[in-house]
Formats: sequence, C-alpha cells, structure tokens
Amino acid sequence: MLEIKNLKTYIDTENGTVKAVDDVSFQIKAGETICIVGESGSGKSVLAHSIMQLNPSPPAFHPEGEILFEGKNLLDVSEKELRRVRGNEISMIFQDPMSSLNPVFRVGDQLIEAIRSHEKVSKKAAKKRALELLTDVGIPDPERRLHDYPHQFSGGMRQRVLIAIALAGRPKVLIADEPTTALDVTIQAQILELMRSIQKKYGTAIILITHDLGVVAQIADRVLVMYSGRIVEKGSVSDIFYRSTMPYTWSLLRSLPRIDSDASNRLIPIQGQPSNLIDRPKGCHFQPRCPFATKACLEIDPSLTERGEGHWAACILSEEEFFNKKQEFEVNAQKGAVK
Amino acid sequence: MLKKKRNLVALSILLLLTIATITADVWLPVSPGFIDAAQRLLPPSGTFWFGTDHFGRDVFALTVVAARVSLTVGFTVAVLATILGTITGLIAGYYKKADFIIMRVIDGMLAFPSLLLALALVAALGGSVTNIIIALTFSFWPVMTRIVRSAVLQINSVQYIEAAKTSGVSDPVVISKYVLPNVLSPIIVQGTFIFAKAILAEAALSFLGVGVDPSTPTWGNMLQESQIYISIAPWISIFPGLAIVVTVLALNMLGDGLRDSFDPHARKNKKRKQHFVKTKIAS
Amino acid sequence: MLQYTIRRLLSIIPVMLVVSIIVFMIVHLTPGNPAYLILGEDSSAEAVQQLEEQLGLDQPIVVQFFDWVTNVFKGDLGESVYSSEPVLSIILDRIGPTFSVMLISMIFTLVIAIPIAIFVVWKRQTVLDPLFISASLLGASIPEFWFAMLLVLGLGVSIPIFPVAGYIPIAEGFLLWLHHLILPAFVLATVEIGLISRMLRDGMLEAVNQDYTKTARAKGIKESVVLMKHVFANALIPTTTVIGVTIAGLLGGTVIIETIFTIPGIGQLLIDSIHRRDYPVIQGVVLFIAVIYVVINLLVDLLYGLLDPRIRYD
Repeated sequence: MLEIKNLKTYIDTENGTVKAVDDVSFQIKAGETICIVGESGSGKSVLAHSIMQLNPSPPAFHPEGEILFEGKNLLDVSEKELRRVRGNEISMIFQDPMSSLNPVFRVGDQLIEAIRSHEKVSKKAAKKRALELLTDVGIPDPERRLHDYPHQFSGGMRQRVLIAIALAGRPKVLIADEPTTALDVTIQAQILELMRSIQKKYGTAIILITHDLGVVAQIADRVLVMYSGRIVEKGSVSDIFYRSTMPYTWSLLRSLPRIDSDASNRLIPIQGQPSNLIDRPKGCHFQPRCPFATKACLEIDPSLTERGEGHWAACILSEEEFFNKKQEFEVNAQKGAVK
Repeated sequence: MLKKKRNLVALSILLLLTIATITADVWLPVSPGFIDAAQRLLPPSGTFWFGTDHFGRDVFALTVVAARVSLTVGFTVAVLATILGTITGLIAGYYKKADFIIMRVIDGMLAFPSLLLALALVAALGGSVTNIIIALTFSFWPVMTRIVRSAVLQINSVQYIEAAKTSGVSDPVVISKYVLPNVLSPIIVQGTFIFAKAILAEAALSFLGVGVDPSTPTWGNMLQESQIYISIAPWISIFPGLAIVVTVLALNMLGDGLRDSFDPHARKNKKRKQHFVKTKIAS
Repeated sequence: MLQYTIRRLLSIIPVMLVVSIIVFMIVHLTPGNPAYLILGEDSSAEAVQQLEEQLGLDQPIVVQFFDWVTNVFKGDLGESVYSSEPVLSIILDRIGPTFSVMLISMIFTLVIAIPIAIFVVWKRQTVLDPLFISASLLGASIPEFWFAMLLVLGLGVSIPIFPVAGYIPIAEGFLLWLHHLILPAFVLATVEIGLISRMLRDGMLEAVNQDYTKTARAKGIKESVVLMKHVFANALIPTTTVIGVTIAGLLGGTVIIETIFTIPGIGQLLIDSIHRRDYPVIQGVVLFIAVIYVVINLLVDLLYGLLDPRIRYD
C-alpha cells in the first residue's frame, strides 16, 4: 500500500549537507505494524517526517527517490493532492503531546478542524463525529472536554486527543514518531494498547518510530533498524531479537536490561557517539564503534544482503563469522567480570 | 561562515574608526578647527571630501574628530550600564528577597521612555560630557538588569548550580564561578546594543540642544548646526549622519552576529562535530 | 483572570512610587540652589527666597515629597515659573498634537509591520529573509532626527507635497489635520516598523516550526491557513507586549519629531521648558508621559491575559 523506494533526504545546513536519510527502501501493507528503531540522530524521525513532507523549514530539506502511496509518488504530486493525502490517507502523531496541540484554540475546535478539512460536513455533524472520536480514544466526559483548552489536559490525555485528530480523516496509514517517549511508563502502555485496538478496529497500518526495544517487542510485526541514515537490518521481531546478524543491532540489544541477566551479563553501553551525518566514516559507518570491526570494514561499505526469508542485514561478516565473534566477545566479557 | 565574515567586517569598521579618530591630529591634512571664510559651504571635492561648512571648516575633519566624543560616550555608557546592570541583575536573580525590591525600582525606571529619562536627568544635572554619561547610564542599565536577572533565574535551577549550592560553596564563589560565566553571552550582546543606543541617544540630546556643549564637535552638534543650511549645503547634514548610521549599524550587526553565534542551536551542531572528532581519534 | 488582573493592578503601586520619586528628584538633583538656577545667577536674595517659598524648597525634603505627591493626587502639578499658569492646564493644552502624531504613527506602524512580517515568514526560505534582517538592522541604526531632516530636504523642500512644519487642529478640518501629520508620523513610524516587524517575524518563525504547527499541517489544511490562523494567533500574544514597547518608542521619539516639524505638542513643551529651566513644567511633562506609559502597559497586559487561554482560565 505504501512503498518507500530509495528515499534520500538531505538537509542543507551551515556546516554542510546532512544526509539524514540515505537510500532507504521499505514497504508496508494494510493492518501491519512496522517499527523503526535506532539511536537519536540516526535519521528515523526525518524519515517519518519525509513521508508526509512535514520536515521543519528552515533548514531546507531535499527529499529524493519515491514515496509510492497507492501507486502515486507523493514527492511528485501537487501541493493540493498532498494536502488531500495528509490526514485523510496518511496521518501522523508526534513525540511531545505537550506541545503538539495549539495552546490558544479549544481542543474541540482543533479536532473539528481536522474533520472538516477533508469532509464537507456541517458543524453539527462534525461535532458529533468529534465526540465519537474522543470516546474511541478513551477520553472520559468528551462532551465537556471539547470545550477545554490543551493546558487543561494531562500528557496522556493530550496524546489521546492527538490520536483522535490523526484518526479524523480515517487514514490508512498512521505514522507515530516516538509517541510514548514523553509519557510515564504506565501511560505508555495505555497509549500502545490504544493504538493496537485502533488498528484492530480500522485495519490501519502503523509505522512506529521508537528507540525503545521494549515497545518493539510488544507491538511490531516487522522491524527496521536504522543507523547513520540507513537501514542496517530488517526482519521480523524474532529475526531481530533472536537471529540478528548485524553488530549494531546486537549492541543495541546488549545495552538493554534483562530480567534473566546475572552479574556476568552486565549492561554494555555502545561505545562512542552516533556517526556524524555530514562527514561520515569511511567504509562501514558503524565501523568506528563496532566491537568486531576488521581492516576490511574500513574499506567496504556493506549493503543489505538477505540472511533468511525477509531478513536482511548490512555487514560483511557472514552469519557464521558473526556467531564466532559474538562467542569470543562473550567469553572475554565473562573473563573480565571474573577478574 | 557568512555570519563570521559579517562580524569581522563590523569589528574592522569599529576598530578603524577608533584608530582614525584617536590619531586624527597626526594624519588629518587640515585641522578641524581651521576657519577659512573664503571657502564657505563648498560642496564635496578632491580637497574637501565631505565639503565645507558655513565657517569654511572641513566637514570630513570635523566628522572624524567628532567621533571621539560620540565613541567615548557610547563606550563608557555601555561599560558602566553593563557593570551596574550585571551586578544588580545577579543579585536580583540570586537572592529572592533583594529581587522584589530591585525589580520594583527597575520597573519604575522602565516606566520612562529611555530618551525621556535621559532628557529629564540632563535637564537637572546640566549638559556636560560627564553628566550625559551619567544620564544615559541611568536610562540604559535597567534593561541590562532585567536581562541578566532572567538569565540567572534560568541557570539557577540547573542541577550543577544546585549541586554547588548544596555542597556548601559560598554564594560569591557560586555566583562568580558558576553563574556569571553562564550568563555572559546575553550580557555581551546587550552591552553591544547599549553601545549603539547610547551613540544614537547622545546624538539626539546634542541635536535637541541639551547635550554636549555646542562648541565641542560631536555628530549631534554638527547636525544641529547644519539644520539651517540643509537646503543650500546638504552635505553638512548628510555626512555626520552617515557616520552615525555606519557606526551604529556596525554595532548592531556585531550584536546580532554575536547573538547568533551564542545561540544554543548553532552551538549544538558544533558540539556534534567535536564529538565526531573525538570518536575518530578513539578509533 | 480575576487574580491576574488584581495582581497586575497592585503592581502599579510600587512602580508609581518609584516614578514619583524620580520625577520629584529632578529638581533636587540640580547642583546648587534650584531657585538660583531658575532665576539666574544675578537675581536678588528676596526673589530667590520668594521662589523658594513658592516651590516649598525651604521645607525638609521628605515633607516636600509628601506635599508634592498629595498635590499631584489633587491634580495640582504646580505652576509654571515662566508663564505662571497651572502646569496641568499647560500640558492639557498641548496633548492634542502629540496624541495626533502618535495615533497616525501607530496606524502606520501596525498597517505596515504586520503584513511585512507575515510575508517574510511565508517566504522564509528565500533571500527575502536575510534581506529583511539587514533592512531592519539598518532601520534601527538610523537616527530618527537625521532621517527627518533628509525627508524634509527630499520630500518637503524639493517636492513640496507635504508640509514640513506646523500643526492644524482636527477641528479645522480632518484632511488638513492629516495632511500636516503624514510626514512627522511617517518618520516616527519608520524606526518602530523595523523594530516591530522584526519582533513579529521572530515570534512567527518560532511558532512556524512548533509541534502544533506540524499537527495542523498533518491535518492537510492549507499552508496559508496554517500561517494566518495557527502561527499568527500564537505570535500575536507576545506581540501585544510589543505594542507597549512601540508606544514607549513613540513617546520618546515624539520629543524629537515635534522639535523638527515644529509641532506644538508636549515634546516641544518639554524641550522649551528645559531651555527655560522651568522645572515644574519639566516635572509635569515627565510625570505625565510616565503615567500614560504605565497605564498603556497595564491595558496591554490585561489584553495579553484575555488572548492567552492559559492565563484566562487560571
């Protein structure tokens, strides 16, 4: 339904051109949930914004490639056509619910604006639909809440309102850019649950951007791992969590706390900083931080190769080599822990 | 890059002007006081770049020499207002009890348009260079106090300041070592703007005839005198005015440029670059 | 909102106290005996003593202050040393021209600055924005009295479309009144236009990349609606404070403009009184302007509260 082909989003800044998204391709089917994971600065948020062309300006963004929605390339369509797609076919919710609602307008008016921007309905009908939507997303006493201003809502409630706004045009795809990052843990679970129930009810495809692997495990069908503006591994949840063949993904997983871990399996942070998106390392972009890097990694910039059905990774190590290196590393780590 | 160049241009203009006016006696071909009745109201030419005035004096020489008073007043006011404003702002931002009193006084002073306050003070004190400096300092420092205070309030809640406070570091040390360095950038920016505003205000006071003694050449005094001749000898009015515009514009550009380079957004990019350099070395 | 209003009203009291102390001190800051200063060095001892009594200068300073404040509250600002008329009536005679210039400048400023700011933000990705920044910096660097002189030279003398001096009361004809005000009001407005359009542009540019603007765009509404409705509504709130700043600028600038265009307003009155050392009138004018300024800022803050639901529903 939505297919991204060779998308490149370059940003002009004073310090040079930032290759925030560099040749990314993937597709999503109706009713599916794809999670895009990566550290901050990996380009995942720019990717999400590029799909709807909502990147802030200034600076200037230059998306290239194809974003095919039902056969049409969204990078080529007219401003008017793009507006029709926004909110109506593809919707988006953002990271910070506290700042994503306009503080000077009533919540009801902002919701009704979304409804009326795509359907020529009377104000009365729009209000009725607004009430339905607020009930759908679990806002108690919606009749009264319609007349409240954003500052009278809690963070979790605001995110619910934003989801209601996103659903107003009955979209086929919902892009959520770290929708739970700014919320308390208990509220996070509620919002994820809400998204799942909405998907079940309307068959909406969901693209969820997150850095939280816990969220991924809960909700994803498929996972894309991004590093330095590129996809470095993609596959099903179990491919990524149990059969990963990419050192970056493995490092991400190693840096997570686990209930079953003992003293020898301490949390291991990834060394160094995410790669600079202007002046990137030679060869493999992850090479400066990779525990398994060899001389060859300085030369070769690996592309995605198939490791199993629907499982792709970008690393010059074969599955076997990777497995051996991993074992060696863990043995050494254990030795270190004993000492 | 472009902004850096702009700052550099602005700074060069100011330095050049300062040096030119200090060393004027050495290099000026004609003394600014030299009166030649035969050469009254001559238009700009090869000999008299800016023309001559109604006494036959060289307008160029006068404009260069007049910069002395204007720059001295502007600079002194900027420095004094910055010092006073920084001290009161630091105290107000740091001590809650003093804050109430200081800010009420500041609010009261800000109830006067700054030129009006300066006028009233000059009216009371009389129009010497010292009194004008006092009057302008008094009109401009309240703004500095406000800016420093709000910067201090912002930095005050930052954790390392709290940490320093709770670990028993004395107040003067916390203020001078932790707070002041962190509020320095808005102070420098505002100080530059005060410099610019003080030059404009001094010129306005002199122009209104309540400023520096009319016999002292300042840009404001020159413009005041030139008024009657504006239709027959416009150059006497144009060039001193342009001198003000160029000086003040350079200062405003510098202030604007400094604000941009102190901007946290701009800094973030730089930081990222530094980190990258570090990882490169580490690998 | 009620609480906000009360708090804001109460905050005037200390401000007015400081204002009155400063205005009162104008006379007492003068080096030497103010009576001598007013009358001149070679005045007789009797005349000086008489003036001292008239001004209450023989009393202790605190008593003088309270007497003065009490009189001000009664509407008695003293008498002019120059014309022996009550200061208040002198000022009231002169406010018509001053308010006229300020009103027309205010209209000029808002009508020009707001569209400029919206246009610049709309075209923010083009060269227009750096051009605008340079222009507003230049505008802030031009002394208004010099600009007025050039306009008088360029427009008034060589192309005499607009009169370069004088004032005609509105009672003698609206068009005549307006005709005489165009040039001074325009000069007074130029500096403010640069200042205000820059503040508005900064405010809108900040709002333009806020998350709520993204939400609005994601709904699929037109960019022009996003700018005019969502961005402008938010930029307008801080801009109300800008109106207060403008009025301060206009009040200060009017002194210069009235002098150049020979408009008989309170600005000219102030300058004349300074030359005449007519301290009661100087005090009266300065106090009057400060009070106007404080009242306008109060109204602006209350308007701010009305516009911002976060304050209105607090």
